[in-house]
Amino acid sequence: MALNNFLILSAFLFCTGIYGVLARKNAVLVLMSIELMLNAVNINLVAYSAFHVAVAGQVFALFVVTIAAAEVGIGLAIVLLIYRNAHTVDLDEVDQLKG
Amino acid sequence: MLNNGWIIPAIPAVSFLLILFFGKRLPRGGSEIGILAVGASFVLSCVAVYQWIDRIETATGGKESGLRALGRGVFGVEGGHGEAVVTPIVHHVTWWQNGGFEFGVGIRMDGLAVMMLFVVTLISLLVHVYSTAYMHDDIRFTHYYAMLSLFTAAMLTLVVADNTLELLLGWEGVGLCSFALIGHWWEEDANSRAALKAFLTTRTGDIGLMIGIIILFFAVGSFDIGKSNAYALLPRADHSMLLAASVGLFIGIIGKSGQFPLHTWLPDAMAGPTPVSALIHAATMVVAGVYLGARLYPVFFNGFSIGAGGVNFMVLTGGITIIIGAVLAFVQDDIKKVLAYSTISQLGYMVMALGAGAWVAAVFHLFTHAFFKALLFLGAGSVSHSGSHHSFDMKKDMGGLRKYMPVTFWTFMIGTLALAGIFPFAGFWSKDEILVTAGQSDYDVFLVVGLVGAFLTAAYMTRCVYLTFFGEYRGHGHPHESERAITIPLVILSIFSILAGVLAWSAWPFHLEKFKEWVEPRVSFPVVVHPGFDYSKAAISLAVATLGIGIAAFFWFRHEKLGALKGLTQRNKVAHAGYTFLVNKYYLDDLYENVIIASIKGSLANASYWVNQHVIDAVVNGAGRGAVVAGRFTYEKLDQKVVDGAVNGVAEITGESGGLLRYLQSGRVQRYALLLFAAVGLLSLFLLLANT
Amino acid sequence: MVAQNVAFWILAIAMAAAAIGVVRSQNVVHAALYLVVVLAGAAAQYILLAAEFVAWVQVLIYIGAIVILFLFGIMLTRAPMRPEGTMDNNQRIAAGVVSLFLFGVITALLVDAYGGKEIKLEDRLVVIGRSGTLASSIFRDYLVPFEVVSMLLLAALVGAVVIARRD
Repeated sequence: MALNNFLILSAFLFCTGIYGVLARKNAVLVLMSIELMLNAVNINLVAYSAFHVAVAGQVFALFVVTIAAAEVGIGLAIVLLIYRNAHTVDLDEVDQLKG
Repeated sequence: MLNNGWIIPAIPAVSFLLILFFGKRLPRGGSEIGILAVGASFVLSCVAVYQWIDRIETATGGKESGLRALGRGVFGVEGGHGEAVVTPIVHHVTWWQNGGFEFGVGIRMDGLAVMMLFVVTLISLLVHVYSTAYMHDDIRFTHYYAMLSLFTAAMLTLVVADNTLELLLGWEGVGLCSFALIGHWWEEDANSRAALKAFLTTRTGDIGLMIGIIILFFAVGSFDIGKSNAYALLPRADHSMLLAASVGLFIGIIGKSGQFPLHTWLPDAMAGPTPVSALIHAATMVVAGVYLGARLYPVFFNGFSIGAGGVNFMVLTGGITIIIGAVLAFVQDDIKKVLAYSTISQLGYMVMALGAGAWVAAVFHLFTHAFFKALLFLGAGSVSHSGSHHSFDMKKDMGGLRKYMPVTFWTFMIGTLALAGIFPFAGFWSKDEILVTAGQSDYDVFLVVGLVGAFLTAAYMTRCVYLTFFGEYRGHGHPHESERAITIPLVILSIFSILAGVLAWSAWPFHLEKFKEWVEPRVSFPVVVHPGFDYSKAAISLAVATLGIGIAAFFWFRHEKLGALKGLTQRNKVAHAGYTFLVNKYYLDDLYENVIIASIKGSLANASYWVNQHVIDAVVNGAGRGAVVAGRFTYEKLDQKVVDGAVNGVAEITGESGGLLRYLQSGRVQRYALLLFAAVGLLSLFLLLANT
Repeated sequence: MVAQNVAFWILAIAMAAAAIGVVRSQNVVHAALYLVVVLAGAAAQYILLAAEFVAWVQVLIYIGAIVILFLFGIMLTRAPMRPEGTMDNNQRIAAGVVSLFLFGVITALLVDAYGGKEIKLEDRLVVIGRSGTLASSIFRDYLVPFEVVSMLLLAALVGAVVIARRD
């Protein structure tokens, strides 16, 4: 298997995740796109781990998964709080930092 | 006192200030200070005279001191004679000096100066005493005395001056005091106008005087009188500059000494108080011009070429003045005006004498004239004070006063005889010497003029005396003799009028020429003719004078019986025209005021007004308008548009850019993320491209 | 090798399509389900790469917990079940451009760097993928990061409770 295949697949997923982060209005959908990006990184890590026959890549992939879980937890908690205060999860409405 | 002669003018100057500040509080209104001061000056002047005579007598070999020499000389005992050189005593203090230019103040005491000191202080003293009675209830008594003191100080400064600038200072000072004193009763419009006329007419002459002084300075290189005289006698002296200087100086003399054509102020000056007329316009100020001529005689002598005979500017002017003054005296009803025209005429004699080379004669005539003219004026004052109820009109208010005012009458008669030139009074000797010297210096025409003048003088004075003292009293007052303060000065002056001639009694039996010896300058003096006593000419002049008295007396005393002549000027058209011509003073006043002055005044005033309105105001208004336009332009274009535009522009740019930049901070996180990722992409692209 | 390549390509295309579905779906729940497909595909890829433990952890954690969390989040934030207006904001196009651009750059870089490199499936590789090997690596070489991650999880747990609780 060509290494580049995995890497380009990972790149594709990552850029799709970027699109989702930038283009989606719903905060939960943005979080989902972030998950896409994290998964892309994971695929990258594991591919490199297979290529170099090193275990470190997989270890790191595990850590990424853990951190992704923690991050989603916190993220959704924050989204809930925003929802409670602003009664919407439309990110266009959350512009209190507007200059 | 010769060495400290500056004290003599200083004392009246100080008294002027004292009277001004303290006079009102004194019991006699300041006259005490004035009389005391002038008295002191008189005493010091006598000391100066004594010292000078002593100096002369010692130098010329007289073995006695001056007083004894005076006595011996007067009474015919041998005193000093001779032509020894005696220099004047000069003391000079430099005021300012720069390069070759120097001026200062100083005194120059010689015979002429001490003689004038004596005359001025004596007559001033007598006038001061006289005025205590005459001006007794005057509203500005103190001020009057202050100005008298100032006048005396200025005149004495003029007399002792050793340079022409100091002389000019005194000259202007006496002009100022004359103005102040003529206009003493300025509430009357006529008086203030007369004062102004006097001042401005003499001022006109002063233009020439100042130009003359300046030209003389440039010729000589100094203002000093001694140096100027020495220069004038040098063969290498610039004759044209001397002539120009002489003309300039002489114009000043014309103005101040009332010569034709600037004599018009003197009769009008009679508007002042009579003692003032006596002091200033008879004895002292008006002779300042003659004094100047005598002081700077070498300049005139060589400038006008007096030694050459025939005719020159000076003698011609003097001669004309004699005649016109004398003729005008005939048609005056005011006694003071008669005396004023007489003064003009006598001044003409002095100037003519100077112009004919008769220096000693002119100065001696100045000396004697001061006494008898002052006497006549004070006598007229006495008549008005006590006889004619303060009027000077002879025809209306006087007549027959000899019965009521004997002292005044006899002193007036003595003054008249002296003026007419009757032997042995002072006027005879002085006038005679003028005529003789003129005749012997190749000025024969003017000898004739002088004789005619003498005839006229005698005639008009007789008329005057008749109208005042003879006939019936025509006035409204209660005539009585004046008080002693008035009559004593009259008596003193009449004594001098009689005896002053003694000093030049060069005929039998005295053969005296003391005046000449003591007064004529012995340094820097041109060679002039010194005629001896000419009995024939003396007899002719005496005869002419007597004839004048006689004819006038015949005319006036036999007035009623002269049917054909009486009222001639009313009936005959030619006579009337001549009379009118004289009454209008040859229409000179009209010429001066209505023609010359009015044309200058009118056109000059209009021209000045036009220049002021159209040129000066135009410039000023234009400047103002220009400033306004510039201001508006600056405001509208520069301030509003450029400066404010720049400031507002900066603000707007900031605002706009802020507004634009504001969009970057939309508060929307995804926008930020977009920018972030775009930047990352670009950066990685650059890195990729850089490393391939 | 042919079988693995075919498997890879099938999975890759499925994942790609599902990924696009996540970011382009107008229904939130559909997007979540598409995400499940992507996550599952990733797990399959891991198995292809002989990383079994990571694959099952992926399924367990990601699909089993995180997606459930997402669904709870969708429910609690009353996300509309049916499409209501658009789910995308107004910078779609710019986002698309940026992501395409980034994809291009990364791909160019990868092609340039790793073009032609092969992953060889061999015994050593299989050994690495075992849980025993992973565990020894974690608990020997990466113990500290492991402990830190534990702390992180604790912090996240407490934090989530604190943030989201009702006062």
